[in-house]
Amino acid sequence: MKKTLSMLAVAAVMSASLPSLANEGAEPPHQKWPHQGVFGMYDKAALQRGFQVYKEVCSSCHSMKLLSYRDLTQLGYTPDQVKTVAAENTITDGPNDDGEMFERPARPADRFRSPFPNDKAARAANGGALPPDMSLLSKAREHGDDYIYGILTGYEEKPADFDLMPGLNYNKYFAGHQIAMAKPLNEGQVTYTDGTANTLEQEARDVTQFLAWASEPHMEQRKGMGLKVMIFMLAFCGIMVAAKRKLWANIH
Amino acid sequence: MAHFGENKNFKNPVVNWIDNRLPIFTMLIKEYGVFPMPRNVNYLWSFGGIAMTMLGIMILTGIMMAMNYTPHTTLAFDSVERTMRDVNFGWLLRYIHMNGASFFFIAVYIHIARGLFYGSYKKPRELLWMFGVVILLLMMATAFMGYALPWSQMSGWGVTVITSMFSAIPLVGDGLVTWLWGGFSVDNPTLNRFYALHFLLPFVILGVVFIHVWALHVTGSNNPTGVEPKTPADTVPFAPYVSTKDSVALVFFLTIFLGVVFFYPLALTEVDHFRKFDPMQTPAHIVPEWYFLPFYAILRAFTMDITVPFTTIVLLPAKLQGVLAMFGSIILLVFLPWLDRNPVKSGRFRPVFKWCIWLLFIDFFVLMYSGAKPPEGLPLIMGQLGTVYYFVLFLVILPVLSFKEKNLPVPASISADPGCCKKR
Repeated sequence: MKKTLSMLAVAAVMSASLPSLANEGAEPPHQKWPHQGVFGMYDKAALQRGFQVYKEVCSSCHSMKLLSYRDLTQLGYTPDQVKTVAAENTITDGPNDDGEMFERPARPADRFRSPFPNDKAARAANGGALPPDMSLLSKAREHGDDYIYGILTGYEEKPADFDLMPGLNYNKYFAGHQIAMAKPLNEGQVTYTDGTANTLEQEARDVTQFLAWASEPHMEQRKGMGLKVMIFMLAFCGIMVAAKRKLWANIH
Repeated sequence: MAHFGENKNFKNPVVNWIDNRLPIFTMLIKEYGVFPMPRNVNYLWSFGGIAMTMLGIMILTGIMMAMNYTPHTTLAFDSVERTMRDVNFGWLLRYIHMNGASFFFIAVYIHIARGLFYGSYKKPRELLWMFGVVILLLMMATAFMGYALPWSQMSGWGVTVITSMFSAIPLVGDGLVTWLWGGFSVDNPTLNRFYALHFLLPFVILGVVFIHVWALHVTGSNNPTGVEPKTPADTVPFAPYVSTKDSVALVFFLTIFLGVVFFYPLALTEVDHFRKFDPMQTPAHIVPEWYFLPFYAILRAFTMDITVPFTTIVLLPAKLQGVLAMFGSIILLVFLPWLDRNPVKSGRFRPVFKWCIWLLFIDFFVLMYSGAKPPEGLPLIMGQLGTVYYFVLFLVILPVLSFKEKNLPVPASISADPGCCKKR
């Protein structure tokens, strides 16, 4: 009996200490985001800045295949501005009547242009690692937004005793701490058109919010509708309880 | 007409005309109007109707999801995302359907727990109960095939893990798995058949629900006292009394459901559901949806091969034990009416059974926790102890309590039960 108990205790201690033993990244610290919670909505100015960060930095390696340029009107851009943004990209279309593929400026109805023609090309250009598509990134990672912000701000000097493989970079929040992506954002990397200070934290926060929007573009519609639905349902609950009480009163 | 006895005489001539030819209104009045319900049923008795509503919601949203879905490995994930992003209110359809599965299971698990506690599986409701177990099995198959359809990491690896279980069957196992997959790996034929079956099975469930309700309307509902109604004083007509009470429960349930749909739609799912299936990349830790976790824990609780003593000849590999135990844990419910032969239905009057069944409810959550964790250390031990208790309860404790338990005195009738008719 004593032996069994001590074995149980050992097992308990072992399982409790497992997370720190395992090659997991540190849990990214919790950040406050304007879009979280029941009433949280996107900060449009931050989304526009975040899109600028994506356009100038991330988009050279990361695709966002599920988004179309027309979706950008949700960030507060006018249709004309979206046309201009789309036209900055050249995409392959076709075949035309001669059977030839041809290049043309992108239109708002087109999907975001991918930086590489296929995954193999993406790997070849990135030392064998595949930069993930970012359309759903914030829904596809544990700790979502906090994780993305954590990765972007989590690059640091590797500890002296850490054995870093060549070509990889040390990041305290990445599983295993060895990430193929070189530090993507630096202080002053993006010059914001609205004059916001371009610290690393600001750039990381903005692009994180842009990615949150990209993964859940209907969140504002959802929460707005949800509020009305909840008010209706709570009133409905009240009416049903009153009806039931009145009905059952005479048979108790 | 012989089936429904006397036809009612309706004032409305059109209703009367129809009813004389197809006595649908007479039937509705008999089964949903004056139908006698025990007057002491509590809100736990509303969860059958709630589950049926969820089935309706799932079928409706499911058909609309299917209209926008493409069952092909290269297109499935994107077609679901297209529904979310570009179809009008597609995000609402998908979140209702996705969370609806969870809330369907919540309703059904509460419905089953109520049946267990109040002995609803006992004579004369054995067949009613057994059809209920069939519905549970069909629901599990449907839900499993449903979450394969977005072809996410969770879909593909869930399908791989669960279908591979059948390879544990001796001799035919590997051939069976190939047959289930429609090929030599989880691929497009697998997705296509899962889609076809996921569309079919809900209607099979609907059919079995019809039989389940039919059987219910022969015996009538059980009640918290566990004594069959004896006089009209013991019952109230279904409408308006119980129908209104059920509506209260339904509206509260739907409020919570919609709260999750609109404000926390991702609370019950895994992040791997938003990554495309990649057969070359195994996720660090594969878990099924929460409603399968207790059974997943039972599957993984078996870690030791059983061998012929003093040899290395394996009689029963650990994997096969797990598979048998997992299916057995649900199949044994079919035999519950004969495992528990104590004549008293309600747990209220069975002092030992009451605690054993509460422990089973706790055990369900212990197993759920264990199923969510990697199978090692404390969670594995919890899963093993939980599995032992599950089977010991059904196969040893309940048969023994059938004859050995000192039951409390059971009231002579529902209206004689002091716990019956206080204000609710």
